[in-house]
Amino acid sequence: MRHVISLLIENESGALSRVSGLFSARGYNIESLTVAPTEDPSLSRMTIVTTGSDEIVEQITKQLNKLVDVVKVVDISESAHIERELLLVKVRATGKDREEIKRTSDIFRGHIIDVTDASYVIELTGTQNKLDSFLGALDASLILETVRSGICGIGRGDRVLKV
Amino acid sequence: MMLSGAEIVVRCLQEEKVEYVFGYPGGAVLFLYDELFKQDQIRHVLVRHEQAAVHAADGYARSTEKVGVALVTSGPGATNAVTGIATAYCDSIPVVIISGQVPTAAIGQDAFQEVDTVGITRPCVKHNFLVKRVEDIAPTIKKAFYLAASGRPGPVLVDIPKDITAAKCEFDYPKSISMRSYNPVSKGHQGQIKKAVQLLMEAKRPMIYAGGGVVLGNAAEPLTKLAKLLGFPITTTLMGLGGFPASERQYLGMPGMHGTFEANMSMHFCDVLLAVGSRFDDRVIGNPAHFAEEPRKIIHIDIDPSSISKRVKVDVPIVGNVAEVLEEMIRAVEASTRRPEEDTLATWWKQVDEWRRRDCLKFKHDGDIIKPQFVVQKLWEVTNGDAFVTSDVGQHQMWAAQYYRFDKPRRWLNSGGLGTMGVGLPYAMGAQLAHPGSPVACVTGEASIQMCIQELSTCKQFRLPIKIVNLNNRYLGMVRQWQQIFHGGRYSESYMDSLPDFAKLAEAYGHVGLRVDKAGDVEDALREAFQRKNDLVFLDFQVDPTENVYPMVQGGKGLTEMILSAEDL
Repeated sequence: MRHVISLLIENESGALSRVSGLFSARGYNIESLTVAPTEDPSLSRMTIVTTGSDEIVEQITKQLNKLVDVVKVVDISESAHIERELLLVKVRATGKDREEIKRTSDIFRGHIIDVTDASYVIELTGTQNKLDSFLGALDASLILETVRSGICGIGRGDRVLKV
Repeated sequence: MMLSGAEIVVRCLQEEKVEYVFGYPGGAVLFLYDELFKQDQIRHVLVRHEQAAVHAADGYARSTEKVGVALVTSGPGATNAVTGIATAYCDSIPVVIISGQVPTAAIGQDAFQEVDTVGITRPCVKHNFLVKRVEDIAPTIKKAFYLAASGRPGPVLVDIPKDITAAKCEFDYPKSISMRSYNPVSKGHQGQIKKAVQLLMEAKRPMIYAGGGVVLGNAAEPLTKLAKLLGFPITTTLMGLGGFPASERQYLGMPGMHGTFEANMSMHFCDVLLAVGSRFDDRVIGNPAHFAEEPRKIIHIDIDPSSISKRVKVDVPIVGNVAEVLEEMIRAVEASTRRPEEDTLATWWKQVDEWRRRDCLKFKHDGDIIKPQFVVQKLWEVTNGDAFVTSDVGQHQMWAAQYYRFDKPRRWLNSGGLGTMGVGLPYAMGAQLAHPGSPVACVTGEASIQMCIQELSTCKQFRLPIKIVNLNNRYLGMVRQWQQIFHGGRYSESYMDSLPDFAKLAEAYGHVGLRVDKAGDVEDALREAFQRKNDLVFLDFQVDPTENVYPMVQGGKGLTEMILSAEDL
């Protein structure tokens, strides 16, 4: 099962490696991991997408909680939540392809944020699925480069992850 | 007043009432050593290898309730310490390791004796710190001691660059520390405790299984009280030896791979298992799938939530300090009018005693040849079961655990989790320094002892009258045993050739060495050794090289699938 784990961690040097080291040392999967400081600069927030049986995910949250720098851990995929990921894709855009790519980008509500006479860079935000679909909709031979941020997640409604 | 970083470190250690620092000087810690030189409150024990510094600090901590302290230099000093740190981590021992680091400006420049100590030790410490400002030294050391000793204990490393030890600031040692990210639980959940007591009262075939957490959590007393109140059979793991008196009738010996027949059968066939400060380790329950085949309710008390339901599904988890939870349970049992049904319990005991009658620890013993088990039995007799006993890792470790009957906690020091050969002598050093008048024996083998044998020199310098009981079988005994049973008797590299004359070697270090060849001389030799109150005596017992440790549960097998003797092979 796929799980999205959000955690708050002291914004100290080495914090990221404590978390990533835990995953590699115990053989847990990381599908994606994002991290950045929060509005309180002494705290960082991470979103980790992982897969595993219920027992493994229970161990993952327990082990994360055990890290001395970790302040809070929540499996946000246990209830209603929102996931978003950012995609930047550079495509070869020449001739009749330019219009076609622009149209496809508009359909997915993407933004073209860099234009040259031979290429576009398109910015797109959405769920993993949406980004996958968009990449699928593009002619694969035109894709020069892609970069994805990994998932950011947040609980819906009253659920708040805060110290 | 402005103090240098080095002065601050020493002042912090004094504030923490540190008696001994085990260490080895080097370039990056010169300022620290200079400050140690100027004071006489803390004694520094100069080891001969940094690995032994951490082991000795660890042994000191195991035999007391205090935090052990080690001090090493940067680079190789720190890497040599890693085995010691990992050993302490695997057994949850509170140790603070202070390591020197190259000056801040040189970090990352591939400087002389530079390694990323914080990076290297990260997976084998409870926590670690790189101190970047002199103002941070005092609060960091305060945190280190707090983290090491609280919750589930463990080693904490503080890495201090050389320039930080020279820089100056005001010294103010924090009285207390609070960390928003670290709040270990101590009290157990009331509802869960109630549920557990109810289960225990209804049990038909109850069993108590206690681990190292009982020793580390100073819970031997409440555990013994509760076990006696309930009258249930009890087993203690390798790490829990002494957590319940071995001489009590309720005690079934150790469980697991080399556990007793009665302990393993009772663990397997009980209907309610009370696990206290133990973690269902692979060496204890064997194959978890096989263990799960027999239905039973499990109550598990542990300070670390991640130990619960890790390998075995638990029915009543209780997270908390084991001593506090056990006290609560005692109160609940005492307040309740219910007691386990006597007839049912008697029937269960009849079964347990029948298993016990197999006398699985008996061994054949005749003629001159020395059986290693016999040496440990005699050691127990000669020391009245009251010595601090350390061991290394292998067959001798199992024999010491099986045949030395520990009645008190913190008397048995061994590397249970990591299984580090070479810990025995430094552990004995730590224990002897902590308990100057008490007998300390290091049960070891000719292979293990050579892994830290340089410490004989430290023992001379600090006049540590340790008794080394070397069960010399000329083999890496446990490796040989596995090769005999699982590898067709192909003894690949398990024979120890070109052994030194250990008696002479001990003499070369200024100690007393005795070689013992005959079974009839074992007791006299041990008596003589323990009568020499001021000497380290190295007893080199030439034991039967073919002896194996039984009972034995093969890796991956179930607890009930035991090899009881050579006839079962």
